[in-house]
Amino acid sequence: MILGIDTSLGSAVAVVEPDGVIRSQVESADPRGHAEVIGTLIERALAEASVTVSDISHVAAGMGPGPFTGLRVGIAAARTFALGRGVPVVPVVSHDAVALELLLHDALTGGYQDVADEAFAVVTDARRREFAYTVYRGLDDDGLPVRLDGPALTPREDLDDVLRTVGAIRRDAERIPAAMLALAAARALSAGRAIAPADALYLRSPDVTMPGAPKRVNL
Amino acid sequence: MHVNRREPLVLGIETSCDETGIGIVRGRTLLSNTIASSMDEHARYGGVVPEVAARAHLEALEPAIRAALAESGVALTDVDAVAVTSGPGLAGALMVGVGAAKALAVSLEKPLYAVNHLVGHIAADILSSDEHGDQAPPLEYPTVALLVSGGHTSLLLVRDLTSDVELLGETMDDAAGEAFDKVARLLGLPYPGGPEIDRAAASGDPNAIAFPRGLSRASDMAGHRYDFSFSGLKTAVARWTEQRQAAGEPVPVADVAASFREAVVDVLVTKALAACRDYGVPRLLLGGGVIANRRLRDVAIERAAAEGVTVRVPPLSLCTDNGAMIAALASELIMAGRPASTLEFGADSTLPVTEIQVAESA
Ligand SMILES: [Zn+2]
Repeated sequence: MILGIDTSLGSAVAVVEPDGVIRSQVESADPRGHAEVIGTLIERALAEASVTVSDISHVAAGMGPGPFTGLRVGIAAARTFALGRGVPVVPVVSHDAVALELLLHDALTGGYQDVADEAFAVVTDARRREFAYTVYRGLDDDGLPVRLDGPALTPREDLDDVLRTVGAIRRDAERIPAAMLALAAARALSAGRAIAPADALYLRSPDVTMPGAPKRVNL
Repeated sequence: MHVNRREPLVLGIETSCDETGIGIVRGRTLLSNTIASSMDEHARYGGVVPEVAARAHLEALEPAIRAALAESGVALTDVDAVAVTSGPGLAGALMVGVGAAKALAVSLEKPLYAVNHLVGHIAADILSSDEHGDQAPPLEYPTVALLVSGGHTSLLLVRDLTSDVELLGETMDDAAGEAFDKVARLLGLPYPGGPEIDRAAASGDPNAIAFPRGLSRASDMAGHRYDFSFSGLKTAVARWTEQRQAAGEPVPVADVAASFREAVVDVLVTKALAACRDYGVPRLLLGGGVIANRRLRDVAIERAAAEGVTVRVPPLSLCTDNGAMIAALASELIMAGRPASTLEFGADSTLPVTEIQVAESA
């Protein structure tokens, strides 16, 4: 059983069976407050899935991109939950979860033909007048979304030009489906592949101001 | 949830500033005090950069927990409770620890205690150093506590560690440790400033320059009797050195450092002992990273002795921010029969010292 945790936008936790059956998915849309809700969300996801902590074999961690302060809460939680159970963490690019949901929805309903056939970009708010985006096209043989470009940041006003250049249609996302995050992890595991880096996808250096010479006071 | 209330085995997580601290205690015995510091990464900025600190916490946390377990020979499954700093501190840094502690407690199915960082500094003093070491004598109440670090300068009246801590005064601007950093930079000395000022001051005359003692005038006594202010002192040092430079004279770094340090130490000790006198408390506890400053300890002990006040100083390794003090405080709360915290709390960067435990369950 895979526990999925993502706090790159709101906070989302899910429990998914290795074969992809979704047992639970709970979330809070609050774009702050990740630290407040994360413990309760994990408890609820386990309870709604009718599983105990010892049923969890892997923890899928949404590595971003996303606003740093919130993003870290979920990664830290995923790591310590896994440590507590002695099970591995499976890092997942948060946008992959959105892409997987779009592609599966499309496969089931024939709904978004554009998404099935063409390149599309998952776009999320990166704050500071920037968007984070990742470009995908279809699913590979392992059932995982094929990443063509990104994740990367771009100024908001440049996004449409950037996407036109790579020929991708735009899909804005307001939430990360944790069940899809866990499913991506399940598929990566069965394929024996790593699909994300082990470290947070900040995509931005920390804000720092180098100290100048000490300010002079008036004599 | 059943908890061993006699000698609980507690794992404490502390991420309020630039030290990722993991501590493991059993009752009042210290088993491990693992600290990963990001201080070096901040050195070139001359102070702690919150985002740099928070990133470092995320990377250091899991290895630090593993190291603490290895050092203490404890398995996570043996832990009776998890403890974490809820505040005060840097919000983004605190959140890493809070998220980690909650998930760890849930996965271990163990209670979680969310506690106050400042009160943790006091709790550090009741830990004995190792399994075979002498037990530190129990804290006697009431005691005045002076906590001095790069992040805080607080004077507390502790009537009971687990239930009654009162804030008497705190800094109105810079923390004492920050003042050391800023004055060090002014004198061209590297970060962190405390040890550098100390080194420079060793050959200096503490009475060479009469730097001001903040909030120490008679007129300050009504409103700010136990409060501190160090920004005026920092400005006075800047002005003094600039005047020297403007006059084309060399700056006597040793004398400036010694005189500055003396001004800080004087005001800290004077106000702490005033609190002891006013409240009739013959006990003073020192805590926080700046206590590593030998001059501060020496002056405090000497002047306290003259007033019949006993000074307690925790081992210096437990004075800087660490997870053992957080575990120690939670251990005291558990032994006092207090219920665990719920999972519904966040990081509180301005958590008042009166809130010893956060989100206590009903
Ligand atoms: Zn501290």
